[in-house]
Amino acid sequence: MNKNIDTKKIIISNPLKLDCGKEINNFPIAYETYGELNSEKSNAILVFHALTGDQYVSGKNPITNKDGWWSYVVGENKPIDTNKFFVICANVIGGCMGSYGPSTINESTGKQIGTDFPIITINDMVNAQYELIKYLEIEKLFAVVGGSMGGMQVLQFVANFPDKAKLAIPIACTSSHSAQNIAFNELGRQAIMADSKWENGFYSNYKLNPDKGLAVARMAAHITYLSEKGLQEKFGRKLQDRDSLRYGFEADFQIESYLRYQGSVFVDRFDANSYLYITRAMDYFDLSKQYKGNLSDAFKETKTKFFVISFTSDWLYPTSENREIVIALNSIGADVGFVEIESDKGHDSFLLDVPSFLKTLGDYINSTYKVINERRI
Amino acid sequence: MKEEFNIISNLIEENTRVLDVGCGNGDLMKFLQENKTKDIRGLEISKEKVQNCLSKGLTVIEGNAESDLKQFPKSSFDYVILSQTLQAFLNPELVINELLKVGKKVIVTIPNFGYWRVRLQLLFKGTMPVTENLPHEWYNTPNLHMCTIKDFYNFCSSKNIKIFKSIALKKSRISEINKSNLNYKNLDSHLGIFLIES
Repeated sequence: MNKNIDTKKIIISNPLKLDCGKEINNFPIAYETYGELNSEKSNAILVFHALTGDQYVSGKNPITNKDGWWSYVVGENKPIDTNKFFVICANVIGGCMGSYGPSTINESTGKQIGTDFPIITINDMVNAQYELIKYLEIEKLFAVVGGSMGGMQVLQFVANFPDKAKLAIPIACTSSHSAQNIAFNELGRQAIMADSKWENGFYSNYKLNPDKGLAVARMAAHITYLSEKGLQEKFGRKLQDRDSLRYGFEADFQIESYLRYQGSVFVDRFDANSYLYITRAMDYFDLSKQYKGNLSDAFKETKTKFFVISFTSDWLYPTSENREIVIALNSIGADVGFVEIESDKGHDSFLLDVPSFLKTLGDYINSTYKVINERRI
Repeated sequence: MKEEFNIISNLIEENTRVLDVGCGNGDLMKFLQENKTKDIRGLEISKEKVQNCLSKGLTVIEGNAESDLKQFPKSSFDYVILSQTLQAFLNPELVINELLKVGKKVIVTIPNFGYWRVRLQLLFKGTMPVTENLPHEWYNTPNLHMCTIKDFYNFCSSKNIKIFKSIALKKSRISEINKSNLNYKNLDSHLGIFLIES
């Protein structure tokens, strides 16, 4: 991880009380913006990133030199058109791209905080990002948008700040992490913690990195982002650079080689402790529990318009879980639209080139923006 | 189509809360949005049609009226509309009951299987009727439970459903249906439009 790149960053001086009971202050939030804020400040969209995302939504990511993680959705002439909208995305707290996280240097010791970092939740992440919105002096966002863990943040944001967004678009997410979700996250964490280089989270003190464990965590998680059909069609039993099996444990199959590659590039850009903390935050997410078992109560105070999107082949956050959000909103008469998009690309569909998703999302955002502006005039 | 939209629109009071069940591509929703009320939602089973609606900025939920109307609270809409869709459900009676729960008033429109052109086809050709309003062949029709204006009228009386207004449409001619002209309207109209309440 190259930390020498200039990132936009603010220091939040207001103390933030975390769900775990600890309080943090004077902590950094790193963020990026795209497009221009209009004079009425009515065109701002806050995008929330997923587990391994960062603030670099569009354009070139300066750390990886690859396209931003949501380049299909955000950019000039994209569904969220930066010619028209002012897009903001912040690195979540707990992350490793400049916001306050386990790899932040503790100034008094000169060392990384490591596992002395407090446990954070989706609620804490959202509250920290709200400080950024205040700093940018945006009274009301046009929209809050995000997929996967980003979608969870969308739900939490509207629950916490019912009058701060006109439109909320949670995509491929859930209002509460299921046993299966927790199980996969635990698998990833155990892989990291089983790596002898993890050193109870203080690996940087020893100039070590638990990259084997982190790579395995990424490989396992990556499988959950794809669909069986997608995997079968793309890889099947195809062999990697060879005509026959080698009778060994090298990557004979293309799928093995693919996963090993995904694991190896991931460790270059992501911090193992961040992976532990962020997956924990996801596991702790249970919005209906926050409202005494009634999810509808989370949205009782809001007039925000909702648009919920799921994907047919997403088995990590399946349509049924997205529908529960829709049902909770309908039961209080909230303004909610919903569609399940046909795609073989699994949970990752929201990040990929899925034309019917991109078209529906873009058309919806643009026509809603027009309608809301017309009403205002 | 335009006449049907006008009649439905005239049955609805301004700035009320409306749900269009089986909203298709959202043409009726758009029409009502421009003429009557901004507060309108749709429910539609076809993904493609839902996407078309959402693209227009309409608030539509992908779902099946037979299973998904339950999620709306009782009387949460002033009007629930079911336009030429009743015949396509597996269980129309259940759907009508659900509609009457969700809506304070319900507007149901019915392609009339008792229309004389329909009757003549079966009588003289001996084949299942195919008309402008019922364009499908028997083997590919989505219509499982065709009924006539008279069937629906009788259904409402037998189930103690109040009929506020019943309108017959022939081409663009509009007339009221009542007990005494029921047999005639049932023969001479291609569409029946009912405003009902439980």
